[in-house]
Amino acid sequence: MSTPLIDVRNLKQYFPVKTGLFKTEFLKAVDDVSFSINEGETLGLVGESGCGKTTVGRSILRLYEPTAGEVLYDGVPVTAKNIGRMRQNMQMVFQDPYSSLDPRMTVEDIIGEPLDVHKLYENRAERREKILTLMDYVGLNAEHATRYAHEFSGGQRQRIGIARALAVNPKFIVCDEPVSALDVSIQAQVINMFEDLQVKLGVAYLFIAHDLLVVHHISQRIAVMYLGKIVEMGKADDVNYTSIHPYTQSLMSAVPIPDPDYTRQRHRIVLQGDVPSPLHMPTGCPFRTRCRYACEQCAQEMPPLTDRGGGHMVACWVK
Amino acid sequence: MDFKIRRDENGNPRKAPFSIQMDLSKFNASMFEKATEEEKSQQDVMSESTTFFKDGMRKLFKNPLAVGSIIVLGLVLLIIIFAPLVVPYSYEEILSVNGVRDKGAKNLAPFEYSKMEQQYIEAGGTRFPHIFGTDEQCRDYFIRVVYGTRVSLVVGFFASIIVLVIGMIYGSISGYLGGRVDLIMMRIVDIIYSLPDMLIIILLSVVLQSVLNFKPGSFLDSLGSNMISLFIVFGLLYWVGMARLIRGQILSIKQNEYILAAKSIGAPTGRIIRRHILPNCLSVIIISTALQIPSAIFTESYLSFVGLGVQAPMPSLGSLANSARGGLQSYPYKLLFPALTICLIVLSFNLLGDGLRDAFDPKLKR
Repeated sequence: MSTPLIDVRNLKQYFPVKTGLFKTEFLKAVDDVSFSINEGETLGLVGESGCGKTTVGRSILRLYEPTAGEVLYDGVPVTAKNIGRMRQNMQMVFQDPYSSLDPRMTVEDIIGEPLDVHKLYENRAERREKILTLMDYVGLNAEHATRYAHEFSGGQRQRIGIARALAVNPKFIVCDEPVSALDVSIQAQVINMFEDLQVKLGVAYLFIAHDLLVVHHISQRIAVMYLGKIVEMGKADDVNYTSIHPYTQSLMSAVPIPDPDYTRQRHRIVLQGDVPSPLHMPTGCPFRTRCRYACEQCAQEMPPLTDRGGGHMVACWVK
Repeated sequence: MDFKIRRDENGNPRKAPFSIQMDLSKFNASMFEKATEEEKSQQDVMSESTTFFKDGMRKLFKNPLAVGSIIVLGLVLLIIIFAPLVVPYSYEEILSVNGVRDKGAKNLAPFEYSKMEQQYIEAGGTRFPHIFGTDEQCRDYFIRVVYGTRVSLVVGFFASIIVLVIGMIYGSISGYLGGRVDLIMMRIVDIIYSLPDMLIIILLSVVLQSVLNFKPGSFLDSLGSNMISLFIVFGLLYWVGMARLIRGQILSIKQNEYILAAKSIGAPTGRIIRRHILPNCLSVIIISTALQIPSAIFTESYLSFVGLGVQAPMPSLGSLANSARGGLQSYPYKLLFPALTICLIVLSFNLLGDGLRDAFDPKLKR
């Protein structure tokens, strides 16, 4: 197999939290996560709020300094030294289209900022031309260029954010819940646009979301996170239809399906209790406190991700 | 899982958003109607593009109180600039007629002439009226009030600029660096906050009196050591409020995702501060400076009133009010003029500041 575009190896991201006057504990936002993404591929990353999905995305782009582990781009480790150049290859689309665009800048300046920073143009005319091309990619009219971000709707703002990410012509984009803040009808448009851009430009996505249907639709593979760890990872259909990990199963059973006939006959797995605090993680498998199959081994050791056939990786002792 | 997998003709699972598990055969095209051109055009109706500044100015000029205070301040400014050119008296000049000291021109009422002046006018001379009358040392009161206003406004502006510059630099360093630097810098602010400002002004003016030796007749000399110590105290003490405000503003702007976005683009720190942080706290800076001016004027007037302000004979609104206190029962209007001017200026600046805040504060928007 050729080198994957993005290879995340044992990534750990701990945040210090002051719990007392002199006591500092570590919040394990991301704890030993490994995955890889091939060129032009989309990996969906799902999990409930606070499980570390966003942190994974930001650590890959070194918006946080990772505690341990490494990220390889095309076989080259991403370090604090080369991140400046790496940011021409890796970009990010943010969750909130309302706060991720500077209210004092015109659309032209927002999209042009990466071009300015990396000096990707010879003269003003070329800059303008590049910006207009990008706006055309994401379905914005040229006349929108001189407007301010607050004059746009959520979907249009997200398009501006995507155009900004595309400006440096990256090979890999972290999409941090790019559609969560949008209306469902707009979600579909934006998702289709992501797919079109992937076909046209060959970019790879790490698509972070908590909407399983959206993730299943756009991703070739899906990784499920729980409390900073990947518990299941595999082809989108495998994870969606034949999920093995009890957490994934309960997630899948909670997906709202707009078909009353189906909803009536299906069986929901309702988890008991709350997510444990990431400051005081349970020993062994983090999910064992809510798992109905939990056994003694689960309390002692974290189950490793093992291949259950066809690249379907699951971290569970029981199933 | 017991999900039903829908497959296309090749046997691959069918992927369509939001309809994975929905039976699409229940629907067909005839159940939907196409959007008309008119409906489509409704989607892209947008308001006219305005910049943040233009938008704010438009809002400001819609606010009658703000417009009124702009007019009042404009008039006051015109008067203090041009009145000394028109009125033939100076603020320290003791009135005289044809070189003879006019001893009767003491405590005249507004528009009243002394006996000597009346004789002079009857003899065919022209005499500029004493619009506000004269004071007990035979000086024209109107021109003294005009100069007093000049001093008060100058003090107000310069004190606010001192406060702004120091507060902005200190606050933005503290807010942007954060962490331990922020902690130490803010504790210093807390300490300064707890110092009694009046005590320090009094102490400083006593000390400076003996330390500073200004050339007699220079501008600094005519302002007096009290005024210099007032500026120094503003520079030493009053910036803390501004520093806290700007620090808070920068802290909250730093949290915005567009700062993170700029970082992920690879923008260097200098660019982030220059292009993203400062433009976004500019409105708060403008507003708080506009509100700082009246408070400085007020402080100066108060200090002059208790006798710590400008050096005589240079008048300020506060010292005029103070000297009017003596003859309050006989000449109440002498207190009225400076007091009214202070009220007018302070009120106008406050209303203007409020108007600016309403127009520019993004928190009140939408």
